[in-house]
Amino acid sequence: MMVERRPWLDALAHVLLIAGVLVIALPVYLALVASTQSAEQIATSHPLSLLPGQHALDTYRLALWGGKTSSGSTIPAGWPMLWVSLVMALLIATGKIVISLLSAFAIVYFRFPLRGLVFWMIFITLMLPVEVRIGPTYEVIASLGLLNSYAGLTVPLIASATATFLFRQFFLTLPEELMEAARMDGAGPMRFFVDMLLPLSRTSMAALFVIQFIYGWNQYLWPLMVTTSEDLYPIVLGIKRGIFGEVYVEWNVIMATAILAMLPPALVVILMQKWFVKGLVDTEK
Amino acid sequence: MEKRVRFQSTWLPWLLIAPQMAIVLVFFFWPAGQALWQSVLQQDAFGTSTEFVGLENFERLFHDATYLASFQTTVVFSGLVAGTSMSVALLLAVMANRIGRGSSIYKTLLIWPYAVAPVVAGVLWLMLFASPWGVVAFVLQQLGWDWNHLLNGHHAMALIVMAAAWKQISYNFLFFLAGLQSIPTSLLEAAAIDGAGPWRRFWTITFPLLSPTTFFLLVMNVIYAFFDTFGTIDAATHGGPGKETSILVYKVYYDGFKALDMGGSAAQSVVLMVIVIALTVVQFRFIERKVQYG
Repeated sequence: MMVERRPWLDALAHVLLIAGVLVIALPVYLALVASTQSAEQIATSHPLSLLPGQHALDTYRLALWGGKTSSGSTIPAGWPMLWVSLVMALLIATGKIVISLLSAFAIVYFRFPLRGLVFWMIFITLMLPVEVRIGPTYEVIASLGLLNSYAGLTVPLIASATATFLFRQFFLTLPEELMEAARMDGAGPMRFFVDMLLPLSRTSMAALFVIQFIYGWNQYLWPLMVTTSEDLYPIVLGIKRGIFGEVYVEWNVIMATAILAMLPPALVVILMQKWFVKGLVDTEK
Repeated sequence: MEKRVRFQSTWLPWLLIAPQMAIVLVFFFWPAGQALWQSVLQQDAFGTSTEFVGLENFERLFHDATYLASFQTTVVFSGLVAGTSMSVALLLAVMANRIGRGSSIYKTLLIWPYAVAPVVAGVLWLMLFASPWGVVAFVLQQLGWDWNHLLNGHHAMALIVMAAAWKQISYNFLFFLAGLQSIPTSLLEAAAIDGAGPWRRFWTITFPLLSPTTFFLLVMNVIYAFFDTFGTIDAATHGGPGKETSILVYKVYYDGFKALDMGGSAAQSVVLMVIVIALTVVQFRFIERKVQYG
């Protein structure tokens, strides 16, 4: 593409990129290695062996189904926490998409009083991430009796200005004729929404789903506050419990749990890469 | 562009926006209002009586040495995270852009950390520096550098900066790569014909043309470091040693839920809201301008 050729620069580019890929993968590789060793092996190693050990099956069995370790600590089962994470991520992602589609449809295709105010009220939520209003939001959830429930865990995270904007932008780019044609055929607003808008929004929905699934799966601070019952711990909460909760840190199990926790969202990113990139770029612009 | 023709209905639009408005009102405006209200109240130690104290909580806050220290910690932390993660990402993006064909493999191999939860990032980096078997801690020790993030505040800060920056590289990389790909090659070719080498071309053409992306990412990285790194810090350092890595979000949580100072915590929430609103306005105005003047 360039008018000049500099083979040594191309080589340097490859070297730097490979170095970057390796450095970025290093922590995860070592987590994998640690998850295949026994806790005693890790604790007595100096440094951690860079090659996988023989205890992968035992470690992952402990991480998934729980039980007693040789040192006597009790490991809670990981699969119920994975299930909670999955339910939470799906509820948040679908919830956001559904309510945003509906409100964007109302804002773009209807004229009603206070439309500007409604739009502004949704917009301002963009500026209030849950982290800045944790205390008061917690109190609202507590007074509604929603602590330790899926509703308390997910509903406050469902409102999403970004998703509403994304769909609004998308609807605004659609040709005016679309709606005129629908009207000519005598289709009502909901018919138009279901038959026309929804099929056309599929790509935006997929892109948004990837981003919001990851967002939901990785929530930490909010579940930490609204759940006290271990039945509702998502997997990311389970990891930290092992480090500070126990006298003896079972690093192999913690690393196995970390791998299990990052696998689903990482797979979503890699398998749905096209939508992931689109979602990232669209939601931020 | 607004639609010229619209549907007519007095009740349907309200029904459609009802779910979103309900959530927005109950979980955004109500709590935000509560935070504002509580920030001007003071409860006694037993929670039996509450009195209006005006701006006293804020005064107390800004005279509180630990709060100011936390502010400073947050600024240092976000500066380091944004700087580290953006420069590494820019370097990798420039290299990937240079390669052209084949860069998509590198892209796939570089973007997955976006999916890693902040708390998991914290745990992974904690493992690298765990004493005595952590691989990086061991290497540092061999080089004569005694690593101890449990006692040394600078080490603890370095640890969370690395963990937080590591996760953010993928995001910055994607945006930088997109920015680089939108720079017309004809410009760079013209400069090459004039005899400008790659280094010179980068600083006189590529970097200035990337400035909208860079500015956008700077704001996004600061927002990320301010608000999304709670899990990383909670896992890696617990805000310690002492309070040396306790950033503002960590402190709000700690004061409100562990130390149960609701008035003080609410005042802190209000300060955080002001910060996010300021950052968002800066970002928004900037995007507007970019749209207008291309």
